[in-house]
Amino acid sequence: MMPQVTHHIPEEMVQAYVTGALPHAFSVVVAAHLSLCDTCRAAAEAFEAVGGIALETLPAPTGDGADMTELRARTLAALDTLPDAAPEPRPVAPYPAAVMAELGNRPPRWKSLGAGIRQTILSHGPEGSVRLLSIPGGKAVPDHGHNGLEMTLVLQGAFSDHTGRYGPGDVQVAETDIEHVPTAEPGPDCICLAATDAPLRFAALVPRMLQGVFRI
Amino acid sequence: MTPEMQDGGGELSAPTIWLIAVRDDRDRVAFGRLFDHFAPRLTAMMLRAGLPRAQAEDLVQEVMLTAWQKAGQFDAGRAQASAWIYRIARNRQIDHFRRNRRPLPDAVEMGVEDREDDAQQALALGQETGHLRAALAKLSEEQRAVIEQSFLGDLTHAEIRQRTGLPMGTIKSRIRLGLERLRHELKELR
Ligand SMILES: [Zn+2]
Repeated sequence: MMPQVTHHIPEEMVQAYVTGALPHAFSVVVAAHLSLCDTCRAAAEAFEAVGGIALETLPAPTGDGADMTELRARTLAALDTLPDAAPEPRPVAPYPAAVMAELGNRPPRWKSLGAGIRQTILSHGPEGSVRLLSIPGGKAVPDHGHNGLEMTLVLQGAFSDHTGRYGPGDVQVAETDIEHVPTAEPGPDCICLAATDAPLRFAALVPRMLQGVFRI
Repeated sequence: MTPEMQDGGGELSAPTIWLIAVRDDRDRVAFGRLFDHFAPRLTAMMLRAGLPRAQAEDLVQEVMLTAWQKAGQFDAGRAQASAWIYRIARNRQIDHFRRNRRPLPDAVEMGVEDREDDAQQALALGQETGHLRAALAKLSEEQRAVIEQSFLGDLTHAEIRQRTGLPMGTIKSRIRLGLERLRHELKELR
């Protein structure tokens, strides 16, 4: 069953994903959302159609580079010894394949941040960070002090803030310093996939969070 | 049929027909035709990305072999061969240039009923792609260069700051809507 998605990925981010211009951390969120949303998947495939047309209209190399004979022979000969394609990562509910790939096809190894809140960092580097966050139902999502763009995809449960309600498949795209206190809905843990374009400052905040940064 | 005859009248493009033959019959002659059609263009794409010739050729070979391996996943109702090959080529380039593997959406499961639907969907998609191509062709040189740069250009400086499968759902009608909408947007660009 596809979830009922009401908050989508901005189209220019879908395009940036398709063309390869999106940093890795955000690409994980986009790929995960495309797995849950026909609308954005259709938009992505429409952009791929544009890529295909651009490829078709690209002039072939001329002069020295024009001769494909050797490459052709080599490629066709390779068909005889070609192994089967390596198995692709599979989704394991509630995690789409793109998340399972980041997890190395293992279940998340949660680290407690206190107050029942847990996180698993999937990747983090100078170009951005992406992590899973699990918030118990009814609790506020901790302030994790990012600077810049943040993208949050709900995988399980739901949260709400002054901008609306976000359920499975919904994405929130927020610029830095938005004064919002998202709160997980009562019920099962709210599991989110969150990407930021600044390196995580979450872990450094743990002691402060214990003193009440949680805003619970 | 030559590729030049394709698309406009809602026919399947020749490369799409070859790819279906590779998918259904493991047809090596058709694969050779796909190679002849795409390998020079893919080489140009890899050279644009700044790769030296020998490395560009290695990646082109990998893209074509991946197309052979994964042809079973090709759905002519959702993509033409050119879009499908473009995706594989961009995946390969990104994996080459980036530290992390490119994250990909879940594979879509093709049910029997989807295959039956294929022919009609594929024709409609071919027609829509033809309209889109025509719209792109009418853009100014400058606008086309921007699109080319974005879809085929160098990835190293491109970063901007700014279950076993899924049910098919409504994806097929929506991709056509997506194409149509894109075409309208291009019209407004002019
Ligand atoms: Zn969406």
